[in-house]
Amino acid sequence: MAKHHITATLNGEPVEFLCSTRQTLLDVLRDELNMTGSKEGCASGDCGACSVMVDDRLVCSCLVLGAECDNKKIESIEGMADGEKLHPLQTKFLEEAALQCGICTPGVLVAAKALLERNNNPTETEVRYWLAGNLCRCTGYDKIVRAVMNTAADMRENAK
Amino acid sequence: MARIILTDSLSKRFTGGDNDFEIVASSVRSLIRELDSLYPGLGAQVNDGTLSVAIDGDIYQDAFLEELNPDSEVAFLPKIGGG
Amino acid sequence: MSSERREYKWVGTRQIRPDGHDKVTGRAKFGSDFSLSGMIHGRVLRSPHAHALIKSIDTSKAEALPGVKAVITSKDFKDQPSELKPAGEGMVNYRDMTRNVMAREKVLYDGHAVAAVAATTVEIAESALKLIDVKYEVLPHVIDVDEAMKDGSPILDDKMIPIGYDTKNPTNIAKHVEFSLGDTDEGFAAADVVIERTYKTESVHQGYIEPHAVVASVSEDGQAQIWCCTQGQFMVRTFVGQLLGMPTSSIRVTPSEIGGGFGGKTVVYLEPLATLLSSKVGKPVKMIMTREEVFRASGPTSGGSMDFKIGATNEGKITAVTGTVRLLAGAFPGAPVAPACMCAVAPYDIPNVHIQGYDVLVNRPKVAAYRAPGAPISAFGAESIVDELAKELGMDPLKLRKLNAAKKGTKAAYGPTFRDIGYEETIDLAMDHDHYKAPLGPNQGRGVASGFWFNIGGESSATVNINEDGTAVVISGNPDIGGSRASLAMMAAEELGIEYSDVRPIIGDTAAIGYNFLTGGSRVTFATGLAVVEAAKDAVRQLCERAAKIWEVDADGVVWDDGHAKPASSNVGEFEPLSLAALAAQAAKTGGPICGHNAQNVQGAGPGFATHICDVEVDPETGNVSVLRYTAVQDVGRAIHPSYVEGQIQGGAVQGIGWALNEEYIYSSNGTLENTGFLDYRIPVASDMPMIEAVMVECPNDRHPYGVRGVGEVPLVPPLAAVANAVENATGVRMEALPISPPRLLAALDSSNIKQAAE
Repeated sequence: MAKHHITATLNGEPVEFLCSTRQTLLDVLRDELNMTGSKEGCASGDCGACSVMVDDRLVCSCLVLGAECDNKKIESIEGMADGEKLHPLQTKFLEEAALQCGICTPGVLVAAKALLERNNNPTETEVRYWLAGNLCRCTGYDKIVRAVMNTAADMRENAK
Repeated sequence: MARIILTDSLSKRFTGGDNDFEIVASSVRSLIRELDSLYPGLGAQVNDGTLSVAIDGDIYQDAFLEELNPDSEVAFLPKIGGG
Repeated sequence: MSSERREYKWVGTRQIRPDGHDKVTGRAKFGSDFSLSGMIHGRVLRSPHAHALIKSIDTSKAEALPGVKAVITSKDFKDQPSELKPAGEGMVNYRDMTRNVMAREKVLYDGHAVAAVAATTVEIAESALKLIDVKYEVLPHVIDVDEAMKDGSPILDDKMIPIGYDTKNPTNIAKHVEFSLGDTDEGFAAADVVIERTYKTESVHQGYIEPHAVVASVSEDGQAQIWCCTQGQFMVRTFVGQLLGMPTSSIRVTPSEIGGGFGGKTVVYLEPLATLLSSKVGKPVKMIMTREEVFRASGPTSGGSMDFKIGATNEGKITAVTGTVRLLAGAFPGAPVAPACMCAVAPYDIPNVHIQGYDVLVNRPKVAAYRAPGAPISAFGAESIVDELAKELGMDPLKLRKLNAAKKGTKAAYGPTFRDIGYEETIDLAMDHDHYKAPLGPNQGRGVASGFWFNIGGESSATVNINEDGTAVVISGNPDIGGSRASLAMMAAEELGIEYSDVRPIIGDTAAIGYNFLTGGSRVTFATGLAVVEAAKDAVRQLCERAAKIWEVDADGVVWDDGHAKPASSNVGEFEPLSLAALAAQAAKTGGPICGHNAQNVQGAGPGFATHICDVEVDPETGNVSVLRYTAVQDVGRAIHPSYVEGQIQGGAVQGIGWALNEEYIYSSNGTLENTGFLDYRIPVASDMPMIEAVMVECPNDRHPYGVRGVGEVPLVPPLAAVANAVENATGVRMEALPISPPRLLAALDSSNIKQAAE
């Protein structure tokens, strides 16, 4: 079957790709566009390691078809830092050791950024429920939740 | 005299159940030789790589050349791995 | 070797990990992120049966499918002798290993590999799997450990000769081990209180988020390169070489970043298949497991059933313990039954102990290591019955533990006499902690439990190269699973007296550094760390020699202090100190490159102990257990990087909470695994958990220059019983089987209510 010709933006840059009907956005990112920052932990939307933003909506890219992304705005972990300047969440995760093996980290960061863009003062419970779709087996979540809340506090302070 | 401690599994197989006894040996190597002459097969068994040796409380994964003090405690135990 | 506390510049601080930026930006290359030009893709056909004879395999239709380049079955692997050899995580039997990576005469579990295909695309490879015709003769199967030990159970291997178990009949018991101390009959005779109980835990998966992945490329001259996510590149080299009959020098294994392992990546599954496929096709072959394959075919840890009996005086002195631990091994021998027996009551000074264990075959995937293998299972039984004893005696459970705590000079039931250990300190800190005194509300309960793990050293190699600009590269050989590169670089910076940011730690492939035992057993910061410290000292010795040459004095007249060579005394002469950078700049003129090296079999790992406190709230309507508060106190020796030590403790505790409350394998009546995804195999998610307070006790291990003990294993040992003890405290119902999932607890609460109503 003919492949779909998709035109989209990826991390602010125009991008074109061809994909088969069954290829997920995650497959496209990893296999067609060589953007391997989004990870496949389950391919069933359970682990969140492939989290990306599509038109400002947080999704598991393993549950979105590449063919659905025509004219969409896609944002992945590779676009989170502004050039050489890390996003405050990235910096805080490093400072507070909120990662161990690092496989869940791209998805957690993308999801946490989406949270802070909606809610700049989340409670611990709100952070925990927002990140409930991002599995981490190493950290026990403690340092992740703290890093997200501390980043939010810093960002509120800097916005004053 | 070094004090030798065996697991029950080893002592049942090689020493008739004696799992705590004394032997004169100056190193693990000489201890292995002594054990084998007293209890044929035991020396080879403890030297086949399946066991660790705890000398005075410190576990050695592949003991052979280690020296023993006259009052050392030498415990043979299954080799430890981990996750 | 002394570990006196001196002022450290780097050790004990919280530095940014050297691999951190790559991991927060998506740059880091994990197992499945690696690709080569011309690469093709491999997939595995897996058994749909729990137990069946393979009558025939016809691969001709699959081979004829356009795009298919090779199909392999067990016929492509030479058989291996049945003998135990020390390799990888302890002992391996290559006869079993070759059968586990590719079924031979029989399939022994749902998901057992039967054939593998390499094709130009993943889709074609998957289509080809459907064209392979396997004729099976289905056999009766057995899933439960106690069923497997009964007479008349289906037998997995009728040629197996059990170790330490006397039988003439075929059996699923692969091994029997026994440990004893004193005389338990006398011990029980001296007891005022005797309690006997049976406990059971389910098999659980390590649950790493990254599935197994490999790229293998074998060139025409037989040289193989393998890139994979593993806890030990040298282990992969050894196993692939043995299974495929290749010399070690022809295999080069490069470990990728690793997305979690916890013991589950101390073995091979895909690596020999991809290497064999690549050698047949002459192209690089990439293989990645799906999550379903990870659950069906990669190693969980054992489930087990166990009987414990404990006796104590009215004053609370434990006089005797007996235990029998039965662990399921999966399809091949190797349940962690010895460490389970050895760890069960290791925290206690008990004069009379007898513990025996059985390693039992069942039709499940072969178990792999999982943090402190075996210990969490037996500790669930032992720490539950200690809690029951405390209740029976009306004693505070921590006071009971303190009264019986192992300390320096205690002879452990598994053999040796403990040297300096910090178990009592963990109890003291737990008792004094706010958490232990905080009030509890209705339906809430508090539980405590302790745990022990040996920790290990092992063969380790490290190189410290001094760069021409005064920076340094540290090469070691252990995949960094949770921040070990940071700790190694910090120790090297401390020794060299340079900035932490001027030390670049890298992990060498198997051709770049000497042999290293795999990342496991909480050994890397301790053992490889020790090799790095010695390699840095070797570099410092060379730096001092260079300064001596420049000053035209004897080498022993030079000392190293704060990153500078200095005259040892005014007798040597008056010289301006020479910095590491100044010496590095002149290296070419004073003897050439400065490269420190160390390789040794590191011994003297310090045992680790922990005591955990858990508060839960039980919903009597649903049986749901919420963990409200959790505090984990652990003797860590000395924390090189406290944040990553806390992370080990927090992560281990949460894995244990998952084991206690939710995680289990669910098998159909046909013996097929029914919960093969994260939706149904429920590991803890962020909203399930409270913060986990990690309290570090530092009783330095004097066999390490900075006092390091391993820290990664112990945190998984206490939580199972801590949670169960908390549930009992909240409800009065003792859960003797895990997991304490809502339906199981609700049923137990209901039957307890019925019993109470009847009374």
